[in-house]
Formats: sequence, structure tokens, C-alpha cells
Amino acid sequence: MDIITISIISLASIGAIAALILYVIAQRFKVEEDPRIDEVEQLLPGANCGGCGKAGCRNFAESCVNAHSLEGMLCPVGGNETMKKIASVLGKEAHEAEARVAVVRCNGTCQYRPRTGIYEGASNCAIINSLYAGNTGCAYGCLGCGDCVSVCSLGAISIDPNTGLPVVDIDICGGCGACARACPRNIIEVRRKGPKGRGVYVSCVNKDKGGIARKACDVACIGCGKCAKECKFEAITIANNVSYIDSDKCKMCRKCVDVCPTGAILAVNFPPKKVVEPTETTTQQKQ
Amino acid sequence: MKTFRIGGVHPRENKLTAGAPITHASLPKQAIILLSQHIGAPAEAIVAKGDMVKVGTLLAKANGFVSANIHSPVSGKVAKIDNVTDASGYQKPAIYIDVEGDTWEESIDRSDALISSCNLDAQAIINKIDQMGIVGIGGATFPTKVKLMPPPNMKPEVLIINAVECEPYLTNDHALMLAKADEIMVGVEILMKAINVTQAYIGIEANKPDAIELLKHKAQEHKGIEIVRLQCRYPQGGEKQLIDAVIGRQVASGALPVSTGAVVQNVATAYAVYEAVQKNKPLIERIVTVTGKSLARPGNYLARIGMPVSQLIEEAGGLPENTGKIVLGGPMMGRATQNIEAPTSKGTSGILVMDDSEAHRIEPSPCIRCAKCVAACPMGLEPYLLSKAVAIGNYEIAEERRIYDCIECGCCSYSCPAHRQLLDYIRYGKGKVMGIIRARNAETKK
Repeated sequence: MDIITISIISLASIGAIAALILYVIAQRFKVEEDPRIDEVEQLLPGANCGGCGKAGCRNFAESCVNAHSLEGMLCPVGGNETMKKIASVLGKEAHEAEARVAVVRCNGTCQYRPRTGIYEGASNCAIINSLYAGNTGCAYGCLGCGDCVSVCSLGAISIDPNTGLPVVDIDICGGCGACARACPRNIIEVRRKGPKGRGVYVSCVNKDKGGIARKACDVACIGCGKCAKECKFEAITIANNVSYIDSDKCKMCRKCVDVCPTGAILAVNFPPKKVVEPTETTTQQKQ
Repeated sequence: MKTFRIGGVHPRENKLTAGAPITHASLPKQAIILLSQHIGAPAEAIVAKGDMVKVGTLLAKANGFVSANIHSPVSGKVAKIDNVTDASGYQKPAIYIDVEGDTWEESIDRSDALISSCNLDAQAIINKIDQMGIVGIGGATFPTKVKLMPPPNMKPEVLIINAVECEPYLTNDHALMLAKADEIMVGVEILMKAINVTQAYIGIEANKPDAIELLKHKAQEHKGIEIVRLQCRYPQGGEKQLIDAVIGRQVASGALPVSTGAVVQNVATAYAVYEAVQKNKPLIERIVTVTGKSLARPGNYLARIGMPVSQLIEEAGGLPENTGKIVLGGPMMGRATQNIEAPTSKGTSGILVMDDSEAHRIEPSPCIRCAKCVAACPMGLEPYLLSKAVAIGNYEIAEERRIYDCIECGCCSYSCPAHRQLLDYIRYGKGKVMGIIRARNAETKK
């Protein structure tokens, strides 16, 4: 026999023996897994953002299959569409959940919040926050180094080079809250997404007394309480010198926006009002 | 010449104010006294708005074991107790006092006469130091009494006085040694008595020959005090580095410095101890080096605590027009501030005004693996690795490689030819890892 034949026969037999061993082991140690897990995983966006509270999409698919009901389970990225598909695959009832979206609660652009110094250290919000109040007079405002941008697995948040502030693309954002957890100053909040992405919120988290806050930034919330008095739905509370609008109670009448003396309350994605010219801040937010 | 064994750098000294005498700074119109001027819990205010206080009146009481009393550095009326924007830009609670005249508490001995004998026993000395709010004024502001009361299983064998002043630019300790040598000697003796040791070393770097000469001469009259001349090297003033340099013992990772048998105190703290024990004077003023190449009158100013930084700069000739950066402390470990209306505190050792040409940091470029930072690190760490681990959020590696041993001296960033911001990341990561360790310890205790 020549060398080629020997090689073919020996390699083929090694292959056959190995295949046999692998087959036996695969049968012997087979892990019984629900095939529906794979099916559900296919439906998920695969962002592995952890916004559902589980360790990635696979883990979420497992819990969907194992759960008795899908109530309270939501893939924030896929939204209700995906949950409906999952429900039909699993033969369970779909539960509508409200869409949520990340909101940046700081409007301290260079124009409104003058810079008081130059920072030349490491470009990382968490590090700046541990060192000092930042290169503006506001110790609560956005530091603009994009810790939120680097954690977003969907690319829904970016720093606007003109304002130096993060901007959320509401069409992409699934409201998983990764950016809110990354922000060392807790500026980003995950709020209810109104119809057509509309929302009314206080774009400031400054807890300093009104005078100090206003000195640092023209559009700071000074905690005057006018908005809370105006609100008929008890959606607005004032605590620690700053106003907060509960997105679950807010009916988006926008009365608070009109009475705010500093323009700290923003109404976004509304069509321009017919009688009153749109204020500067709302147009800026829409862009 | 003696020095420490691992790492270290020798930055240009720039001691512009070396040999400059101590100048009395004028009183501020309003003093703002921070309630947290030391490491540990903030003190608790015991005065109220409208109270009249004298120089030396107790304003705030220590809140816990690791905390310190705070006394009034001025006489006048308490205007309010409110937040103030401190040097970091954050709001911190403080007592505002409108200054009226300069009346001192009667109990304070204001004469210049030297009182060299002290009849108090060790505990009474420590109580007095506690009462007078003495903290380590070399920079770390750790309450002095805590360091004088080591855990019962560790016995101090020797006292080391830190008169190294290795930070460039700063000369406040130097000026103090030249002016108050006798008082410092008595202060050292009191500290020796407090921890019951018979031997003390005063470590001074060789760039202060006049101070070494003077203290050597004075030490002849005092038993057990020896002056050690040290080679100029930064960060020799670090507690662990100084112990190694003077008595050749190294502090184990995670251990207290006193485990080597040495208690370290700053020379200015020794002077403050003398004033507290012998003259009943609380820690209400300190020497601040106000320096910078562009300043008209750089010098060593004896200033009351709570004075605005801007006023001290004014004393030194006013803020030059081309100022690029103002650093509180020295250039290596000090922190830049953008709020010069912030008040000084017990830990303000210097105010460094840099002009625009020397103020800026250079853009970092990629690491070239030269390991200069490893050679420079006085704690034997790997700064390039630690900073990278922190940047990518891998705190397990950071902890494994002992990031918590970092003393934040800045030798790594100083020596990096690529100008990488090593310390920025390591300092942040150290805090993070310490938090993780604390949380884990609390968990296991449960």
C-alpha cells in the first residue's frame, strides 16, 4: 500500500472513532433545554443591555419561558411589539407596558451656564465628579465627558458638540437605564414616553438654594414652587430646592412650562403653539 | 546620605521663598470656618447665629473618635452657619464670623517666652491635644490624638518628626524651623512623652542646610533627639517612605505605619502641640507658603484659618494677569482650584500661582511600555496597569495589584514620557476599590 492510502484510511478511522465518542458523550450528557428558549431569543434584539433586569437576552428568554405569566416582563428595547411576538410563541397572554425613554435633566449649555475654568485631566465624568464640581459654577450639572454615551449598547445617546450635552434619540432609546446608572450625577432619568415621544420635565437637578443655582446657570430650577401651585394633577413636587414632575401623573397640559420663571421646565416634541411663538428652549430641544 | 529604597523622583525644587521670614497676614473682614477640616467626621457646631466669640473660643466639637475640635481663629460675631463653596466647588457647611477687633481668650498665653518644662502625664497631654483640635498639618490633616493612641498590640518605639518638605515650592516648614527651633524641640519632647518613647529623629532633606545646622545645635541640649540629614527625593515626606528612610523599616501592605514601631508627626504639628500644651493655644493659625514665579511678593505668611485664598494672594502682591492655574498645596499633590474665594483650612500648606505658560497639561499619547512609572512608584505598584484596569472598569485586577496601597504622590504621572493621566484614573479607582472592600467586609460581618 502506498503512503496516500495509509493516510486516508488512518485519518478516516480516527475521524470515525472521534465522531463516535462525541456522539456517545453528547447523548449521555445531554442537557434537556426547552427549544422555545432559542425561539424567544431569536425574537429579542440581542443588545444584552440588561435593561429588563436580567443578565442579557438569553437569560430574559429563559425567564419568559419559565414564567407563568408575562406580566411585568418587558424588553425595553424591543418594546410591546417584541413582547406580543414572544407571547404568541409561548401561547401566553401579552401585557401592554408603557414605553419608557431616557431623559437628560440638564440644559446647562455653554450659553446658559458659563464655563469658569478649563479641565485638562482624564476625560471621564466619574473622575471629574470625584475631584471637583466641574468647570462651571454648577455642582450638579452635566460634566459632558460622555460616560452615558460609552455605556449605551444601542448608540441612542450622543454628545451634541454645540451644547456639550448628551442628546437621546427617542426612536432608538429603549429606556434600559444603563446611562442613568453610569451618570455620576444622576442627571439622566428613565421616564414614561408620551405619545409621539412627547414629554414635560424639569431639566435641572440642582439642589442648591435658588440664588446659588441661578448664579451658576440661567436655566436652573430655583425651587420657587410656581409650577407645583399651577399643576392641577398633583404631579409636581418640590424637594431640596428642586422641582420634580412625576411622569406617571403628568397630563402634559404644559401650564407649568408657561409659569416657570427660569425656563427650567421643558416640553419636548410638541408641535409649535399656534398663538404664542415657541420659546427658544423648546426649539432647541427638538433639534 | 539616607533615603527610602523604592522608586521616587526628584522634581525641580523651585523653593522661591526659602529663607524668607514669616510674615503676619492681616486679619480678614469675614472668616469662614469649614466644619470639615480634617480626615474623619465633620465637627458639630456649638455656636449659633449672633453669638460673640473670641480668638480661641470653641466653635465646633469633634464628632466621634476620628474627628477634631474647631476653634475660632478670629474675634467677632457669628454671622451665620451656612454652606460655602469650598475649593473643590462643592457646597460644604461652615461658620461665618464677622471680624470685630482681635480679642483673645484669657486662657491663651500670648507671650513669646519659652516654657520648656511640662509636668503633664501622657494621657493629660493627649487630652490637651484633643481639646485644642490639633491635626496633622503636613497636609493629610489626620487628627493627631488618634496617631498618639495606637492599638494596644502595637508599641511605639521611636518618634519620627517629618521636616522633609519634599514638595517643590513649599517652604512653610523650613521657615518655621528657622524661627521656632526651641519651641519645636519642646514640642518633640512632649510628643515623646505622650507615646512613651526615649528616641526621636527629625528627618530633614539636605536642601535645608541652615535648618539642619540650627536644629543640630539645639538638639544638643535635648536628650534623645537626633537630626537625620536625608537625600532630596520626592515623596520622602510620605509617612511610609520616611519610616524607611530614617530607620530602614518598611510598612507591610495594609498595615498601620505604627506596626513598624514608629510614630510619625509633622514638624509643624510638633510646634502646634507645643503651643497647645504649653500655651493653651488651639490650632487657629498656620504658615501658608504663597508662591509662584509671577507673584510680586511670594512669602511664608502666618495666616488665620478661614481666611479667603484671594486675600492671601492679595497679601503676596495680587493675582498676576497671566495666571493659568492656582493650586492649593504643592504642585505634586496639591489640587487646582477655580474658586479663590474659598476659605483656607487647617490643611492649607501652600498657595501656588502658576502662569499660563506652565499651567497646562500636555495631551496624553499611547503608552509605550517603558515602565518609567513602575520604576518611579514608591509603593512598588504598576501604575500603567492599574490606570488601564480602572479605565476599563476591571476592579478585580486593580484590587489584586494592590491599588489601595497607592499614596497618590503623582510620581507616575510626573515620570510618564507619554504624559498619560495615570494618577487621575488610579486615584478614582482606589476610592472605588476601597468602597468594594468595605462593602464586602460589611457583608461578611453579617
